[in-house]
Amino acid sequence: MPLSDFYLISPESQSTMSEEPKVPASTAQTPPKKKKSGQSAFERIGRYTVVRLVTLLITVTVGVYLTILIANMGGYVDEIRRGEIREAVSLRIMNDPVLKNLPADARAKQMEGLIALEEKKAGLNQPFMVRSISFLKGAMTLNLGRAKSMSSDSGSRQVNLIILERLPSTLVLFGSTGLILFFAELFLALFLSRRYGSFLDKLVVALAPTSAAPGWFYGIFLILIFSALLKWLPFGGMVDAPPPDDRLQYFLSMLRHMILPVMAITVSQVFLSVFSWRTFFLIYSSEDYVEMAKAKGLTSRDIERRYVLRPTLPTIITSFALTLIGLWSGAPIFETVFNWPGLGRVLFQAVGLYDTAVIVASTVIFAYLLAITVFLLDFIYAMVDPRVKIGEGAKS
Amino acid sequence: MKMLKNNLRELARYPSAIAGLVIIIALVILSIYTVIAIPYQEALRLWRGGEDIWYKNPKTAAPLWVNWFTVTKKSETIFLSTIEEPELKTVTVDSSGYNRFEIVMPFEYEADEFPKDMAFFFNSTFTEKQPHLSITLLTPDGRELRVADFSIKATQTYRPMQDDRLTRRLGGLTADKGFFNDPNATKENPVPLKGAYQLKIEGFTFEKDNNIDAEVVLYGNLAGWAGTDHRRRDLGVALLWGTPVALAFGLLAALGTTVTTMAISGVATWFGGIVDDIIQRITEVNMMLPFLPILIMISTFYSRSIAVILGATILLSIFGSGIKTYRAVFMQIKESPYIEAARSYGASDVRIIFNYLIPRIIPLIIPQLVVLIPSFVFLEASLSLLGLGDPVLPTWGKIINDAQTNGALYQGQYYWVLEPAILLIFTGLAFALVGFALDRIFNPRLREL
Repeated sequence: MPLSDFYLISPESQSTMSEEPKVPASTAQTPPKKKKSGQSAFERIGRYTVVRLVTLLITVTVGVYLTILIANMGGYVDEIRRGEIREAVSLRIMNDPVLKNLPADARAKQMEGLIALEEKKAGLNQPFMVRSISFLKGAMTLNLGRAKSMSSDSGSRQVNLIILERLPSTLVLFGSTGLILFFAELFLALFLSRRYGSFLDKLVVALAPTSAAPGWFYGIFLILIFSALLKWLPFGGMVDAPPPDDRLQYFLSMLRHMILPVMAITVSQVFLSVFSWRTFFLIYSSEDYVEMAKAKGLTSRDIERRYVLRPTLPTIITSFALTLIGLWSGAPIFETVFNWPGLGRVLFQAVGLYDTAVIVASTVIFAYLLAITVFLLDFIYAMVDPRVKIGEGAKS
Repeated sequence: MKMLKNNLRELARYPSAIAGLVIIIALVILSIYTVIAIPYQEALRLWRGGEDIWYKNPKTAAPLWVNWFTVTKKSETIFLSTIEEPELKTVTVDSSGYNRFEIVMPFEYEADEFPKDMAFFFNSTFTEKQPHLSITLLTPDGRELRVADFSIKATQTYRPMQDDRLTRRLGGLTADKGFFNDPNATKENPVPLKGAYQLKIEGFTFEKDNNIDAEVVLYGNLAGWAGTDHRRRDLGVALLWGTPVALAFGLLAALGTTVTTMAISGVATWFGGIVDDIIQRITEVNMMLPFLPILIMISTFYSRSIAVILGATILLSIFGSGIKTYRAVFMQIKESPYIEAARSYGASDVRIIFNYLIPRIIPLIIPQLVVLIPSFVFLEASLSLLGLGDPVLPTWGKIINDAQTNGALYQGQYYWVLEPAILLIFTGLAFALVGFALDRIFNPRLREL
């Protein structure tokens, strides 16, 4: 039975990024073909990266366009624009002494005329296919319009300012969680594959189903225990209020606020990932070439690094990319539970205020974030995947 | 089919799977019971009805069973009504032919704390002359406290704790303490006097055939088996109704997604070439779409109805990672001799895909399907938690949402969050346990690990 069957089990373990089949166990066995002269591994990685970049850009474009289609199916994007124009025109008429003193019906007629003119100027009378392209251009360049009722901390109504202002907090939270998760899981999985059948191993296997619940769910429990009952840690937020002036104090306060969110994500992810990675390691450790290496008398450290980790790493990175995508996607709810002032919370607030421009913009930004995550991991993938490096089978 | 049966029999070898199955069966029975005991319309009436239905409950009261675990007993909600218990009311006709009412309401007060609030609701029928009431309370130690005398309208509410004259009469204590305080306790440190109380309401009417009904609620800190929320609603209704909703959503979404994915993947693999390429590209794009934000967008802009969300969820999940996994398996099956045989005797493409290819993969799909269910159950809860749940149905996620927006955790109303959360985790764990065991059975390579 092929290895991929096993991966029916864990939702996060399929290859998103590359359509090559999973690293077959035999790749590591076959001696590397002689490098073609004139093309270094560096070049190959470069080429691979460029190709992936282009593919991802196309993917993002399609994703953003889809978002626009969904959002505009009820004419919502048009509505944002129309509302803006109407407001601007009526303001202009009110400020115009000549127009202001016209009789009401004449003024209304004048206004309708002006609105029609402005809408024509903005291209709103064009067919939707044409308009959607101009929206797409705006969205891709983060030219996302103005919010109806939300504003950035600096008071701007510019949607891209509102969103970019919140981006760092989201990046800090999910970036650091991602790093911690990856190394913790890798280390633990290796550790358990060495101690197969031990109590700890059985515990992780038994706890794997707990990953059925998402991070926010454990977050609520953690808040209940550590904030409500024990009163050790804050309920939510990113820093103390008021924020400390001192840089170090600010950092420490943020660290304190990050403990629970990081813990929540870890609890919801770690057992299933460690379980499936460890199983993966175990399957690879029973390959013939590992037995051979053992027979040769290599140290277990060497075997692990060169014969187990090496062929499995690309797949593990792919699986991790899917985990990260899941985390990003779940940000709106996760940040809401922890009151974390990031992108996800902006989206949540925008939903509450029915601020269409911000909702569309957040979705676009999330599409970008996912693509960038995938790209970064793809890059690492290219560096560790022997096929890309050696040039064998690297068709992309 | 036989293989399926054998595999299911094997499931019995996994204690975790049995535990999961027991929970699932219990949840299914609970769902069936709920749908029969509280029909949909009744559930909506109870959950959305308004103050007329909820006035009997206190706000944010913990469930009754909290008292089983505490030494100092919290106050339970006491509800006395002449509408529900007509025997509390005796009617006599006086010399002038008018009805005279004597309502005696006995109750036991056993809590170690005072009630949270109290309210008297009166209904009366009269044409011009309002009936008159006088209310007294008999304490266990034989004191008789005059509560109030007043005339009532057709519907009248009296809240003793807001009655300043009563407070003065009770020596500066508000009615909750004034009524139930032990006379031996100090004023600074009041202790409730436990025992049998009696509330006496005498009603005089001044027209023929007038009627008076009284309902008295002593709002405690506990009510019902599940407690109540900030709008005095009984959480039990939502907890019960959340079960069929969660199960149905999870099951339908998982089934819809898996079956469609399987079919599409089968078609793609069979035809190969450009069809396969297109489907692969769609999958890659789809997997990078921000799933939850798009779902949020759909539910904000279009509809929050659970059917729409279910549809959107399925649509967005069809082109998921499953396509690639199944493809790998289909690729292998495609090369099998029996497919070649089918091709050689001229079986149509449709026949080969749906009769020969797909049935082979079904055993592999089952664990996947079961494991998927909890993720959809939690998805529905996530959307509800964001305030995007179905506007009508009570669900578990919506209870958590209400609790979060009302700061339940800050205020120590843990039951409000814990009850739906525990049901959610039970559902999630049950399906995950069964799914994991099924996976081991259907994928023998895992068995020895």
